[in-house]
Amino acid sequence: MSGHAEAYAPVFVGKRKEEITELLKRYPTKMAGLLPALWMVQEDRGWVSEQAMTEVAEVLELTAAYVKGVVSFYTMYHQHPVGKHFIQVCTTSPCLCNGADKVVNAFLEHTGCKELGITSADGKYTVIEVECLGACGFSTPVQINADTIENVTPDKVPVILAGLK
Amino acid sequence: MGYPHKSHPRETPVLSKHFGDGESRSLDGWKKRGGYKALELALGMTPAQIVDIVKASGLRGRGGAGFPTGVKWSFMKPGDGKPHYLLCNADESEPGTFKDREIMRWTPHALVEGCAIGAYAIGAETAFIYIRGEFQEPIDRMEAALKEAYAANILGKNAMGTGKTINVYVHKGAGAYICGEETALMESLEGKRGNPRIKPPFPAVSGAFGQPTTINNVETLVAVPHILVNGAEWYKAMCLSNAKSTGTKLFSVCGNISKPGNYEIVLGFPFKDFLYDLCGGPTAGRRFKAIIPGGASVPIQTMDEAEATLMDYEGFVAQGTMLGSGGVIVFDDAQSIPRQVARLTRFFAHESCGQCTQCREGTSWTTRILDRIVAGQGTYEDLDTLLEMAENMTGKTICVLSDSCAAPVVSGLQKFRHEFEALITGKRSSTVAGGSQTTAASAKLSVGAGA
Ligand SMILES: Cc1cc2nc3c(=O)[nH]c(=O)nc-3n(C[C@H](O)[C@H](O)[C@H](O)COP(=O)(O)O)c2cc1C
Ligand code: SF4
Ligand code: FES
Repeated sequence: MSGHAEAYAPVFVGKRKEEITELLKRYPTKMAGLLPALWMVQEDRGWVSEQAMTEVAEVLELTAAYVKGVVSFYTMYHQHPVGKHFIQVCTTSPCLCNGADKVVNAFLEHTGCKELGITSADGKYTVIEVECLGACGFSTPVQINADTIENVTPDKVPVILAGLK
Repeated sequence: MGYPHKSHPRETPVLSKHFGDGESRSLDGWKKRGGYKALELALGMTPAQIVDIVKASGLRGRGGAGFPTGVKWSFMKPGDGKPHYLLCNADESEPGTFKDREIMRWTPHALVEGCAIGAYAIGAETAFIYIRGEFQEPIDRMEAALKEAYAANILGKNAMGTGKTINVYVHKGAGAYICGEETALMESLEGKRGNPRIKPPFPAVSGAFGQPTTINNVETLVAVPHILVNGAEWYKAMCLSNAKSTGTKLFSVCGNISKPGNYEIVLGFPFKDFLYDLCGGPTAGRRFKAIIPGGASVPIQTMDEAEATLMDYEGFVAQGTMLGSGGVIVFDDAQSIPRQVARLTRFFAHESCGQCTQCREGTSWTTRILDRIVAGQGTYEDLDTLLEMAENMTGKTICVLSDSCAAPVVSGLQKFRHEFEALITGKRSSTVAGGSQTTAASAKLSVGAGA
């Protein structure tokens, strides 16, 4: 994690500033830009830090506490740094009944992650279980960062991991 | 064309006709397939004329509740001087459902067109398509289609050269099932936590940004262009059972079945033929045990019920369940119903927004008790407690997520009580593999939204 001595470099400068200004024209309120603004932060920084929340609050004329309240509601915003490859395995019933639990175990084993949610020692992987990814006919779907991989079985896990850049 | 399998001869592909056909994704490709003729027609009509045609077609909402679309649209009053909004619900997070995903992946322009027509019909200049954050590919496909549509002046300030303003935008969600509930979606769009609102006021009076709003599911909106081009009578004639259920419907099929995927049939199709003929029946050596036919929120059916069902809104109700979102979840004889029910209630506990006590407490206690039963430490009193709690969770909360959590519990206990009892008395049914539910995970997953 970043040390306290490190200065915070704002996200909403230059191109990002233009982007959010342009985007806000779509909505009648500035607040409506909150989810998109948080996505921009996460795309650029990999997670949403307290300082980023403060910056977003300033840009959208909200309070930092308000922003934090919203961030914490949604599961996709990371409030802590995560592994370079953030691996989410669906284990909701339609996938569970096709062996999703075994896929989870295969990822834990092959990434060297000791536990769900705990990033591997080399910082490369974080594995979590996730609720329905909306791809239940392709069990087990696994989301790695923004990509969804369909029909994952335990034997495919090493190949998938080897293919990650 | 079908996807991921070829269309079955007994399917009626209207909305899914181009699934699997990459060329239908581009504006050119879409126009070659008849795209944007309906929008042109629509913009030459009055909004009221469009609403009347949609009403006459009998089209009902495909997002779960089955409310007549034309009637919903008629609640809006174009020209009342207020900004109106059309929201397209592409949050698709109901376990078992993955049809809107394929619509957006293969035929993004179909949804652009449906949104543009819907917006015009309700007097809105702006439509937002709220897509769940996990759907990155569908989001990219929709953004690409929108870009093309703007560049071709199909959308924008002078839509198709008619002088009318129609804007359509994508808004990306961030991981929360509850944001599929219509008022939670509005809160989320506004940049808030996705807490459902108390109704009334209804969206047509005060919806997104406090303005008159209509919200429709993806599949509902993509049906509209076909209705305008082919006529209400054509749509109404697609009906195999009763006049209240018209048109085609996409069913997503998953779980323990030979050919999972999306299937499009005319409403009223026999469920038995659907399961065994279209979807290929159970996998080798297995038998079907139970079905949840409308996404995780509807009651479980026994196979006797399922095989007697005609697949329409009324037909599913007559056989102890609901059509819901059309997400068909199939469990075979290797599955433990208590284990699956416990996993479903865990889902609802995870997704409860926590505003209502009955839901916040009920979903999480129900899950704990079920986990205990599945682990072989349950008691008969637990079964009574579950039913009492389920009653307390039904019909008493701001939205129906709470009721949805009770549905598999009550129906599971009614129809498969022997499996719960077998776990309590220690006589685990021999047909049930993999009794205890411990992926390292499930024990750890904390409960409640934002976990
Ligand atoms: C907890 C909950 C989740 C829902 N999720 C969705 C969803 O993901 N997609 C959807 O279209 N409707 C969903 N709905 C239904 C919507 O509230 C709403 O009825 C629907 O979008 C209306 O569109 P329609 O009339 O075209 O069906 C959900 C409802 C509830 C209570
Ligand atoms: S029923 Fe549950 S999800 Fe719905 S508003 Fe109440 S607490 Fe939230
Ligand atoms: S249940 Fe796994 S993707 Fe829907």
